[in-house]
Amino acid sequence: MKRFFETIVEKILMASGAITSLTILLIIIFLFSQGAGLFNTPVVEEGYKLAVNPENPVSDLTPEEIKEIFDGEIVNWAQVGGDDEDIVVFRLNDVTSYVSEEELGEGYSLLPQCLSRIVSENKPIIAFLPDTYIPENFSGKILETGDIKPSDFFAGEQWFPTSQPAPLFGIIPLLLGTLLVSVAAILFALPLGLAVAIYMAELASTKMRNILKPVIELLAGIPSVVYGFFGLVVIVPMIHDFFDLPVGESGLAGAIVLAIMALPTVITVAEDAIRSVPRTTKEASLALGASHLQTIFRVILPYSVSGIMAAVVLGIGRAIGETMAVLMVTGNSAVIPTTLLEPVRTIPATIAAELGEAPSGGAHYEALFMLGVILFIITLAISITVEFISARRPKQQM
Amino acid sequence: MTRKQKTEVAVFWSFRLMAAAVVGILAWILGFLIIKGAGVVSWEFFTEMPSDGMTSGGILSAIVGTLCLTVGSIIFAFPIGVMSGIYTTEYAPNNFVVKFIRVMTNNLSGIPSIIFGLFGMTLFVNTLGFGDSILAGSLTLGLLALPIVIRTTEEALKAIPDMYRNGSRALGATKLQTIRKVILPMAMPNIVTGLILAVGRVSGETAPILFTVAAYFLPSLPTSIFDQVMALPYHLYVLATSGTDLEASRPMAYGTALVLIIIVLIINISATLLRGYFGKKLK
Repeated sequence: MKRFFETIVEKILMASGAITSLTILLIIIFLFSQGAGLFNTPVVEEGYKLAVNPENPVSDLTPEEIKEIFDGEIVNWAQVGGDDEDIVVFRLNDVTSYVSEEELGEGYSLLPQCLSRIVSENKPIIAFLPDTYIPENFSGKILETGDIKPSDFFAGEQWFPTSQPAPLFGIIPLLLGTLLVSVAAILFALPLGLAVAIYMAELASTKMRNILKPVIELLAGIPSVVYGFFGLVVIVPMIHDFFDLPVGESGLAGAIVLAIMALPTVITVAEDAIRSVPRTTKEASLALGASHLQTIFRVILPYSVSGIMAAVVLGIGRAIGETMAVLMVTGNSAVIPTTLLEPVRTIPATIAAELGEAPSGGAHYEALFMLGVILFIITLAISITVEFISARRPKQQM
Repeated sequence: MTRKQKTEVAVFWSFRLMAAAVVGILAWILGFLIIKGAGVVSWEFFTEMPSDGMTSGGILSAIVGTLCLTVGSIIFAFPIGVMSGIYTTEYAPNNFVVKFIRVMTNNLSGIPSIIFGLFGMTLFVNTLGFGDSILAGSLTLGLLALPIVIRTTEEALKAIPDMYRNGSRALGATKLQTIRKVILPMAMPNIVTGLILAVGRVSGETAPILFTVAAYFLPSLPTSIFDQVMALPYHLYVLATSGTDLEASRPMAYGTALVLIIIVLIINISATLLRGYFGKKLK
């Protein structure tokens, strides 16, 4: 009886042990299942079609071309492989400038026929029409725009998730924004963090260490939204004044805030690495007449380089996944960044800012989950890299 | 002094300066928030609901909301986390299983909090049908706290010398009795310290609750675990970026930031002190 009870408890404990693995599995399943639908979604908003004149040689348009046509950036059919004619954009509420009220009939009952006639009579027209108003004997040509392709998503250079008629879900600007801000943050944090780590491991007295250790833990404990708020009311105005920018919200502000946030990670991991250098190695260097400074730079740092690499990668990982602070200070403009002084937008900030407004199950919603998948894969790759680097750390020799 | 020695002194002083700069950063953030926020924080600030488009009144509903979410997440994460830690340190039969679980726990702690938000929204809010509720938010935050609880439990258990286990077993106690009567009581102080750290982390998180529980403005207290609540971190975000009148709500934002940071700091400091206290006692 007693043994039976013990076995039961052991099984319960085992189940708890499995919960982290189970959670990760569930996260993968849920993110993928919600996001994968994106590539079965038509390019043109669901429930709508794009139609052109039957004599128009153009039968296919990319999502970017559709957006530029409807934004008035592409004005001639020759630009998209058609005849040299000015494009006439037609939306449903333009109908009254083509036909009279009488022709539309009572309660717009003749609207589908009118639309059909308008499209077939105007050669340079491109019409954005709801499915319900397209009659069976439609005399225009429906464009075969197909589904959103993975290349539109992974290699797309524009993120306009609410653009009509064809939203654009290109992640390149978001991915570059994330990388730019994170890498810049680690470039700020690494020299400072490494210096502090060396100080704590090699120079500081026990008393100083006992002051610094809690300070670093407190820095790590400050919630990201507080960092974001601090960045918003202190760092953003400083950048605004210093560089004389139109807006202070910029990649630089994000990088500075992230650098402060990554500092505790960098310091702690780097300090551990420096401390793991065997005493004998260090003392051998000193005994050979090297100064303490030479020993630090020629012996201790090269020895602990893999641990310092781990600190860098972990710091980048924290920075890439950080949401609230970045959302509050980077200005969130989804364009491919060229300098740190422009507003940029990162992947987590995009998810946080847009998910609330994206209708559940729609293309935008699915695209945000795909962003989640990408973020998840990046952070998983980082965890594995760290694991790999740490495993390569030289074993302490006796 | 030779040139070499001079360089060494200069470099070491620059290291000291940088260490001082790190202390300076913390002092700057704290000092700034205290100076700006201290005037706002009063008894009424804690006991009144937000009012006038969140430009006056207090933050009572946000404090209560954060309290509910923190307690809820710990109720979920503490037992499971401790049991998981006991399993991997005391029971797990072979190295592969333990290694796999440990890698997964590490990975889980590296996943960005916004991913937990997405996951919590699909699983708890939509699939399980909890809606935007304390329950969904607490479970999401609980998952976030889980790796912290597991890791500190493991460390606490590993710190106990094997002679206690062997001694207990030699006296005829079963494995479970040994864990319950000998190992856990000894490890409990360190486990509790880890728990406090997890509370500190959870109470400041915003991204996981964005889509699972947090209400933009809700001047009432929750009556069941299926209610939405306001939460301090999200309230600060709203006040700072999307209030009805940003200028007028700035003082409220400073006050909220100060309250939030003080709560989190008290939690962290008490964990540090506890660890120091028990650390001495064990020796």
